[in-house]
Amino acid sequence: MRMISQGFLTSKLEKAIGWARKYSLFQYPFVTACCGMEYMATAASHYDIDRFGAGFPRFSPRQADVLFVVGTISHKMAPVLKMVYEQMCDPKWVVAFGVCTCTGGFYDNYATVQGIDTIIPVDIYIPGCPPRPETVLDGLMKLQDKIQHSRQEF
Amino acid sequence: MPEESITLRKIREQFGQHIIEAHSRLGDDTVIIQPQALVPVCTFLKQEPDLDFNFLMDLTAVDYLHLKKKPRFEVVYHFFSLAKKHRVRLKVPAEARNPEVDSIVSLWPGADWYEREVWDMFGIKFRGHPDLKRILMYKEFQGHPLRKDYPIQKRQPLIGPGAKS
Repeated sequence: MRMISQGFLTSKLEKAIGWARKYSLFQYPFVTACCGMEYMATAASHYDIDRFGAGFPRFSPRQADVLFVVGTISHKMAPVLKMVYEQMCDPKWVVAFGVCTCTGGFYDNYATVQGIDTIIPVDIYIPGCPPRPETVLDGLMKLQDKIQHSRQEF
Repeated sequence: MPEESITLRKIREQFGQHIIEAHSRLGDDTVIIQPQALVPVCTFLKQEPDLDFNFLMDLTAVDYLHLKKKPRFEVVYHFFSLAKKHRVRLKVPAEARNPEVDSIVSLWPGADWYEREVWDMFGIKFRGHPDLKRILMYKEFQGHPLRKDYPIQKRQPLIGPGAKS
């Protein structure tokens, strides 16, 4: 009986926590380049990222759940990005916003990190140069899906 | 042939022996001068009332390695006069081995970061600059990336794959 109730409770609680987490994403926008304009367009009233429970940017990584890396990351910036990521509390997720953060984009040169997944783990890649707000929202929904279906640590 | 502009005429009068080349192709006054005359010419451009070049618009450099030009580098200055609404382009050659030209920070304080950028990207030193250090790249970076002999695939990451430490 105990086993059954425990098993029953664990599965339901995990689902409930996943549901709560995916609809209350505090983001840290790490904006370095032109993708920031598209990020702002997504956040503003027309596309309204708040509909997805992600309307609350925190400008301290310690209060954020998801790190939006928005724009080209140079080798000079890489240690800063890594430190910001390490300052975030678990559970935490990373979204690579735009093709520069995914692969370096067309900046295949001495200055640019060839994909931020070479320095920090990435959950969702949103391609585009820059991605349209619809693409961003699609990426956000994929992240929510991933959060809902992943194992919840608590 | 149209009449020579006042800028070229005045520079020719004052520094004729230091001019390597001068032209006004497409209406852009351009003067290539010997490096030792750089500061006197710049002082003249700024202080001569008829010229009054009070605005340093741009300061950059060119690496002519693949064009086999001698000397290899050229530092390029663009000046503008807000009062007279005229412009001039000044070029100074710099040799391949230990390239160095005089700093003009004392005349146009805005030259400070430009000269640091040219040092960072091309490795051209500026004699008399107050604090000549890299401005765009990090201090661990080796070499000067806009030189034509910088390996195009060379990466120097601080962290992650390929980092030294």
